[in-house]
Amino acid sequence: MKTLYDCEKNCKVKVIKLNASTELKQRFISFGIMKGSEIEILQHTAAKSTVEIKVAKMRIALRDTEAKLIEVQKI
Amino acid sequence: MSNEKIKSCPLTANHIKIALVGQPNVGKSMLINSISNANLHVGNFSGVTVDKTEVLFDYKNYHFTVVDLPGTYAFTDYTIEERVTHNYLCAESYDLIINVVDSTNLEKNLQLTSELMSMSKNIIIALNMSDEAKKEAIEIDSEYMTQLLGVPCLKVSAQTKEGINELIEAAVIQYEEKSQKSKLIFSEPVEEEIAQIVWYLEKYKFSDDDSYRHIAINLLKNDQKTYEKIHDNPIWIELQPILVEALKHIELHHDSDDIKEAFAQEYASFNRGIIAEVVNLKNQVEKKTLTEKIDSVLIHPFLGIPIFLFFMWGLFQLTFEIGAIPMEYIDAFFGWFGDTIGATIPNDDVRSLVVDGIIAGVGAVVLFVPNIIILFIGIALLESTGYMSRVAFLLDGFFHKFGLHGQSFIPLVTGFGCSIPAYMSARILKNDRDRLLTLFIIGFMSCGARLPVYVLFAGAFFSAQMAGNVLFAIYIGGAMLGLIAAKILKLTAFKGADEPFVMEMPKYRLPTVKLIWHTVLTKTMMYIKKAGTYIAAASMLIWFLSNYPHNLELTQSYESKIEIAVDEKEKTNLLNQLAVEHLEQSYLGSIGKFTEPIFAPLGFDWKMSVALQTGLAAKEVVVSTLGVLYALGGEVDEENSSLIDAISKNISFASAISFIVVIMIYLPCLAASVVFTREAGGIKYFFYLLIFTSITAYFLAYIAYNIALLF
Repeated sequence: MKTLYDCEKNCKVKVIKLNASTELKQRFISFGIMKGSEIEILQHTAAKSTVEIKVAKMRIALRDTEAKLIEVQKI
Repeated sequence: MSNEKIKSCPLTANHIKIALVGQPNVGKSMLINSISNANLHVGNFSGVTVDKTEVLFDYKNYHFTVVDLPGTYAFTDYTIEERVTHNYLCAESYDLIINVVDSTNLEKNLQLTSELMSMSKNIIIALNMSDEAKKEAIEIDSEYMTQLLGVPCLKVSAQTKEGINELIEAAVIQYEEKSQKSKLIFSEPVEEEIAQIVWYLEKYKFSDDDSYRHIAINLLKNDQKTYEKIHDNPIWIELQPILVEALKHIELHHDSDDIKEAFAQEYASFNRGIIAEVVNLKNQVEKKTLTEKIDSVLIHPFLGIPIFLFFMWGLFQLTFEIGAIPMEYIDAFFGWFGDTIGATIPNDDVRSLVVDGIIAGVGAVVLFVPNIIILFIGIALLESTGYMSRVAFLLDGFFHKFGLHGQSFIPLVTGFGCSIPAYMSARILKNDRDRLLTLFIIGFMSCGARLPVYVLFAGAFFSAQMAGNVLFAIYIGGAMLGLIAAKILKLTAFKGADEPFVMEMPKYRLPTVKLIWHTVLTKTMMYIKKAGTYIAAASMLIWFLSNYPHNLELTQSYESKIEIAVDEKEKTNLLNQLAVEHLEQSYLGSIGKFTEPIFAPLGFDWKMSVALQTGLAAKEVVVSTLGVLYALGGEVDEENSSLIDAISKNISFASAISFIVVIMIYLPCLAASVVFTREAGGIKYFFYLLIFTSITAYFLAYIAYNIALLF
């Protein structure tokens, strides 16, 4: 199982599944992160504790714990 | 707007109430400002508007009320702001929704739009930032979009004011014509189920203000409130099995066990369809946007944090270096002003009240206006360029170690300006524990009102080259203490799971000079106004407390000594001694003497003790109190009359350090404490804060004092 956390910089992936709690899933969805959406990884912080991604032209910052909940597939 | 019509009778004229809704940071507040010439606070990060604000204006013979609702990504109750907006839209009465969307990112924005459209209310879509879209070669066919969606879509730009009048006209037309049917359609399976539920509701003539279609959609979306409404109705018995089947059907269709996710996908596919039709990205090439280029430097894994620290250091250097230039003139002006006014007042007591009380007190506060302006410009730039969210991104990993949230950075940095908006902006944190923790830490970020105290002491004890660095150290030191305090609180009082960190990083924008000017002017005027009213009154009170009661015996005994004295020097000495003794037996002196033993271990004399206590009313009063006390009792001679000199003569280095530590940590001012109590949700939190800050301040000041004594 590959998650968003495992992806390298500049990688483009597609979301397969959100493994988050109902509440957090809603939050992801309201930011456009849902099954089928395409994500580009823009930047990691030095310790990889935070990741910047791009979904539908919107740049979003996620913490590592959240990135690990998003199951993805390379495209 | 049209002036001659404003006086028309409000009863006969038409009232139009508009709810302004949109995702965060799409320019809602700015749009209101350009529609009505109001002056709402505008920034470039999500969550500038945390509470709904109403703006009134007239156009032709219509009275408009525009309600600016906090930005919301979707109809969820995730954050307090989203709850405010959701409740307002569902429960309050209004005539029209204006949905503000960012033209440069329709796909994301339409997510909310489609949810709004399923409410079957009267809607207008304002395609904001159309000027930016044009620059980015994004072409939107707004007429075709109007046709497709069945609701008016208008291109506007809050920045250039283009299309604003058309928007108001459209609102009037939409108001007069009442509801148009929005053409939001779902996929076939969902439409089938909606139709069936609507058919049931019609059959049983279920009575409700809401449209049947909206009720049906809400039932399918598992909307709690709709269920509560229908649940007590007899039709529920027949409706329930239908709903169970319907939900199964939809979930099967979407291959998902989450109905909300299924609906999100429904909306998303509808939106993709719309965008494919109306948006022409003709000249769009896959290249890095400017924002991405800037980001590759500013949030670089290794350079990001040093760059941020450099910016902050630069800001405090500027605050001190440039701020110091006009200080001399302001000081000289108040000196001259006091002398000139004093010369015209024959009565000794009144002259002393005006010159030593009001003018000295207010002057001491006004002196720091240049510093305040520079600090405010820095914060305004941070807010309006979009850099704030980057710093939250950079610092989240670090903050998280201390139990704080990356987004806590936003209220914390606002706290450098003033604690009051900082307490308010802590609302962006969803989790109550995280929010409370942040509220407790905000006080450690030294607010603008505390700056004068630092500038005064840094100027008195350090060379001009060092003073800027000292200032930076004080601010960073305060922030560090805040982080440590956060860790301690997180491990003890606020144990629990962490809030997820999911945050939008807005596009970089170059703020207009007007916007910066305006933000800074408003804040500076507030500071000056406070100096003229609140602080002038406090200075008068302090003057009174420090001058009375008059002790005639004391005065007479000294007067007789002065008469005997032969040379001038001795006379001056005696006069000064008289002033000092007089001050010591005044009301203020008694208070100071009474509390002196408490503060003695920190190295404070009674004057400093008093200044700390009066500072509870407002931090600026610390300086004005010192101003009054040292102007009256200090060694006032010709050359060294300024407060800075008085301080460096009368206060030891160690005492000054410990005084600064207390100022950094102890209880925020009265007004801020009131807001804190309200935002934290109870008076008990105020007492927690009081105990927490007092103990921390005392303890750390004691340590700092004893360390400083060693040097």
